[in-house]
Amino acid sequence: MATIAVALTGNPNTGKSTIFNELTGARQKIGNWPGVTVDKKVGYARHQDRAISIVDLPGTYSINARSPEEKIVIDYLMNNKLDLVMDVVDSSNIERNLFLTVQLLEKGIPLLIDLNMADDAERRGIKIDCRKLEDALGMPVVQTVGRSSKSARKLLDIFTSTVMSNYEPSQLVKDHIIKVQEIEASGKTESEKQEEIIEARYALIDTVIAQAVTMSNVGQTKSEKIDRFLANGVLALPIFLAIMYGVFMITFEWIGQPIADALDSLINEDFLDFATDALTDAGVAEWLVSLVCDGIIGGVGAVLTFVPLIFVLFFCLSFLDGTGYMARIAFIMDPIMRRCGLTGKGIMPLMMGFGCGVPAIMGARALDSEKDRMVSILVTPFLTCGAKLPIMALFAAMFFPDNAANVVFAMYISGVIMAIIAAKGLGSSIFKDKGSTFLLELPPYRMPDMKSVLLETWDKGKGYLVKAGTIIFAASVLLWVLSNYNFDGPCEIDESILAVLGGWMSNLFVFHGFATWESGAALLSGIMAKETVVATIGVLYGAADVSTEAADAVESAGQMMQTGMATSFTALSALAFMVFSQLYTPCVTALGTIKKEAGGWKWMAFSAVYMFVIAWVVSLLVYQIGRLLGF
Amino acid sequence: MTLKEGKTGMTLKIKQIDDSSLKERLMTMGLTPGTKVKVLRAAPLGDPIAISVRSYNLALRRADAENVTVEQVG
Repeated sequence: MATIAVALTGNPNTGKSTIFNELTGARQKIGNWPGVTVDKKVGYARHQDRAISIVDLPGTYSINARSPEEKIVIDYLMNNKLDLVMDVVDSSNIERNLFLTVQLLEKGIPLLIDLNMADDAERRGIKIDCRKLEDALGMPVVQTVGRSSKSARKLLDIFTSTVMSNYEPSQLVKDHIIKVQEIEASGKTESEKQEEIIEARYALIDTVIAQAVTMSNVGQTKSEKIDRFLANGVLALPIFLAIMYGVFMITFEWIGQPIADALDSLINEDFLDFATDALTDAGVAEWLVSLVCDGIIGGVGAVLTFVPLIFVLFFCLSFLDGTGYMARIAFIMDPIMRRCGLTGKGIMPLMMGFGCGVPAIMGARALDSEKDRMVSILVTPFLTCGAKLPIMALFAAMFFPDNAANVVFAMYISGVIMAIIAAKGLGSSIFKDKGSTFLLELPPYRMPDMKSVLLETWDKGKGYLVKAGTIIFAASVLLWVLSNYNFDGPCEIDESILAVLGGWMSNLFVFHGFATWESGAALLSGIMAKETVVATIGVLYGAADVSTEAADAVESAGQMMQTGMATSFTALSALAFMVFSQLYTPCVTALGTIKKEAGGWKWMAFSAVYMFVIAWVVSLLVYQIGRLLGF
Repeated sequence: MTLKEGKTGMTLKIKQIDDSSLKERLMTMGLTPGTKVKVLRAAPLGDPIAISVRSYNLALRRADAENVTVEQVG
């Protein structure tokens, strides 16, 4: 028998994705809708010997085709032969949710209506009579409670047994459709028609609600009480800072870092020793041992040890998002973000930027105005991503041993300040004429579904693994070749191609105090991946096993002090180097993401160049002003 | 008055939504003439505001709320 084709549609925050995850488990494929940067999720299930394919359409409030998501939903539903379309409705918010339902019915799409979070609604005193709702709309109705295998089985039973062509809209809905057609045919202006149609839809919804829903003592909800602390006035800000402090502690101190350390010693000690011995014993040529061990394992290993931090940070942020708190952060931070030329909704992607710029840039998809999205994409790379942190930590430990933590913190702040200045600048120049709005649902607080949180974490973090396997792998091999060869064959590192390239690059930094070919080469390698800056410096100054982990910075600094690095930088030129590293051109992976998300080579080139120029200028100012002040 | 001047605790009835690029979205989100909304709270510095409309909560900036004409009913 043929596969049953099902599509899920519904508003955001209805638990639709949780149902999708529950129905399909890990049998999902996440791709992109053609031509736009919106996730396409397809999953598969088997039930009673029938194969079922399920598409999770983007959550939307309407299908006016104003946003890419809305366009995808309506195009997909109109142009594909589907056996069943399920409209997931949040029962505790049924009025507004039915708006999309009515719009879909107007398009002649038969719907299975899923009243999700039925338990939630009941607790709030909202009782929905399924039978009466079926009669009022003419469509089948089912109740579910979000994450439960019983609900999932119930839905699969319905998917395999229901024939949607047996249903047709009720007289009430038919009358409404005729009314809408009359409005369409009237000679009024487009905006008048839209207004009347929207009012007609809500009038229909009010009639349906009156027939099928009873609301008793819908008093103050639990979410309301929580919001009096978490989203109210000035008190909300310190609570937000405390929660963020907790997230960063979990990531960089309590959970993420210990795992990263364990992985580091596993790869860079145990596995590296094992690989070196095994290859040497097998009689492999010395250069190949060096390529594999110093080049590939060193380079890829440096990135892999960073994976736990990324995943823990993204887990925390996805978890907060699942509870509904992220919407509150957007709400309370909007006044501040707006004054910085951004929007409150941009806070979640920006916070991801402290982990890795790539998902942060992709996260800007969630912003609804073009201006907010572009500005967010272009300023995110100024932030101190996890890969820049080791650079800061090493230099701070070497040249500012008494103030290391403060200097690293100052670098974080300099990134944030630069992002704000750039956002202001871009907002009032290139994107001056584009408006910014802020319209955001504050969903009820809920305990997030762990399966969905984990899937989302994986989805956001996996790009990092791919990067380790592709770009970093290639960059490691390339760097190894460049630093071990020149055009006459194998050579010492200071005669290598890398030394020549670094020498050229260093001409740019004559007035910055770090015009050495070593720093030139390190910065050049940093465009491939920021992780390699510290590794390159280590190799160039002849301290082979310098750890690229921030946590080992003091130890690494001790090693590096023995090398020529201690004398090639002064404290001031080290600071100028740190500032430059903090602000200059993003890594190629981030640039590739910018090209994809901002829509073109133009923006990618723009971002590479403008960040380089800003970094060059700021770093120059730091060095020259520092000299004038006598440092 | 407009929704922009709404103070915490006020119940307001929507009379009209002025033409703006946001009009259709505001109406889609349930802000139609005749609907009652309650101002729940404001973010730090007083803007944006959170309102309760059709049994859910919505946040919007005062600049956008200026396009919503209302009358106070409680």
